[in-house]
Amino acid sequence: MSAAPSPVVEFAQVFKIYGAGDTEVRALDGVDMRIDAGEFVAIMGSSGSGKSTAMNIIGCLDAPTRGEYRFRGVDVGALDQDQRALLRRHYVGFVFQGYNLLARTTALENVELPLVYRRVPTRERHEQAMAALVAVGLADRAGHTPAELSGGQQQRVAIARALVSNPSLLLADEPTGNLDSARKHEIMELLVRLNRELGITIAMVTHEPDMGQYVSRVVMFKDGRIVDQGLPADVSFAGPISNRPLSQRGSA
Amino acid sequence: MIHLTLVMALRQIRRNTLRSFLTMLGIVIGVGAVIALVTIGEGATAKVTADIGKLGDNLLIVQPGGFRRSSGFQSANAFTKDDVDAIRRDVPGAEKTAPTAGKQALAVWGNRNWRTSVTGTTAEYLEIRTYTVAEGRTFTEGESSAGQPVCVLGATVRKELFGSDRALGESIRVDKLSCEVIGVLTAKGQSGMGQDQDDVVLVPLRAAQRRLAGNNDVGGIYVTVASGRSTTRVKAQIEELLRERRNIVAGAEDDFNVRDMAEIAQTVSSATGALTALLGAIAAVSLLVGGIGIMNIMLVNVTERTREIGIRLAIGAMAREVLLQFLVEAVVLSTIGGVIGIGAGLLGSWAATRALNVPFVVVPNILVVAFVFSAVIGVLFGYLPARKAARLNPIEALRHE
Repeated sequence: MSAAPSPVVEFAQVFKIYGAGDTEVRALDGVDMRIDAGEFVAIMGSSGSGKSTAMNIIGCLDAPTRGEYRFRGVDVGALDQDQRALLRRHYVGFVFQGYNLLARTTALENVELPLVYRRVPTRERHEQAMAALVAVGLADRAGHTPAELSGGQQQRVAIARALVSNPSLLLADEPTGNLDSARKHEIMELLVRLNRELGITIAMVTHEPDMGQYVSRVVMFKDGRIVDQGLPADVSFAGPISNRPLSQRGSA
Repeated sequence: MIHLTLVMALRQIRRNTLRSFLTMLGIVIGVGAVIALVTIGEGATAKVTADIGKLGDNLLIVQPGGFRRSSGFQSANAFTKDDVDAIRRDVPGAEKTAPTAGKQALAVWGNRNWRTSVTGTTAEYLEIRTYTVAEGRTFTEGESSAGQPVCVLGATVRKELFGSDRALGESIRVDKLSCEVIGVLTAKGQSGMGQDQDDVVLVPLRAAQRRLAGNNDVGGIYVTVASGRSTTRVKAQIEELLRERRNIVAGAEDDFNVRDMAEIAQTVSSATGALTALLGAIAAVSLLVGGIGIMNIMLVNVTERTREIGIRLAIGAMAREVLLQFLVEAVVLSTIGGVIGIGAGLLGSWAATRALNVPFVVVPNILVVAFVFSAVIGVLFGYLPARKAARLNPIEALRHE
């Protein structure tokens, strides 16, 4: 990483408002946020805190109602749907809670998918996809379909798919949400390794405090606002998380 | 990109072989039915035309009676032997001329009988109608002019009366005429109009006139036009000659008619052609139904693959790329169905033409039209589901269960 980190994500007074008048819901209520290249940031908060909305905007799947969102310096709010698709295609990798691999499609083909849309020629596509599978430790499962893989393996294929196009930002939405605790830690260690060794910028949405321990910075959302942020050790998880039984199960 | 989309579409179709096949089935049946009906229809048309052509497209048939606007078809005086001689003598383009006088009569041999059509004529008639003699011989000039009691049997009559017995030299009775069988004709089969051309007994004209009809009438005259002569010209000359001989004043309508076989062939083939087109159009309706089947499956497909669409959109597919993908899938499905349908249609019609004993005539145009039409159906009925897929919101699509 360079000495002066460049911002990948910049939120300036970002609002996302659904409905109008009395029924108006502010999913994001004036958020300022910045993620620099090389960071591994956890976006945390209870459900309804606005973290998923923030995630969709960061991933250029959605545009803010008001305020400015700059991705790599580009004002995303000014782009149309196709331009946002191109931005995702070239600079963003997605990892989802439910893996979201194409069924009845081999791991290798799944990993190749982003390269198909990038018009990468067949041979290079195979090579790059294979390299990504090697990076997540699944080279020997390249020919397997999702049904033939365990949850942890599927999530690693999904990470390889997000990784293969060498994105500026890897967005992970509850990547450990469907896994048992041993697999959770494996996946987190993989993400940390990708962040440290390959210098990939990662933004991860999670509600599990345990997972927050792996990252370089935690951003805590509540009611559409950032209520706290800093090193995992300095951020209080107790408040918004304590009433979530799932997270307690996760940390048990 | 279109190449990759095509590969993706084929992969998708292979992933769900049974469903893809069932989806295609509508198109297969539609295209197959159109191809089969049109091909069989063309074969039938070709056969009818060929059969009429066998009579000779240089053949004119002169019959008494004319068409009058006021009262329809009008019966009129028959011709005479003199009319035939006059045509032979005065119309230079007339190559062969044969009079006919016929009626339905019961032919009897021993204890067997058979109702058939008896025609009094001359030896030239056999040449004009392209009959050939299988056994024995035809009338001599002397037998014809003298009206000797001799007869030539068609293959059907021979079989019905004699079975496996020898017919030549036997004497049969046709109404009041007893005659000796001097020849048997080679079988010709059905005519283009569905008549059995072998169900005939030919006797000398004079014999038929004297013993069967009891008058000197000639019911019809067959004329072939010499090669190199215009059929229309000869027809006009015959008309002019007969008007004169029958004392028809200028301006009055003919009380006879001269039919040109080429004209008849054209009329008949255009009628069967219209029938073929009608059958093809009915079959085309099933193509439409097949298209709706494709739309139905593609709509289900889009719903079922909402998550996949969400993934593709998140990964960076543009709406038009998703649209193209689903459209290409529909078109690939329908064109594969079209190709299979063309194959099935050709195979089916080949078998049918064999069974119906008509020629197998492939119309290349209909193959091209069927193929293009099936692709067009893919585009038309694939567009709506594809647009539905492309308009999905990626966030909602990803959340879809």
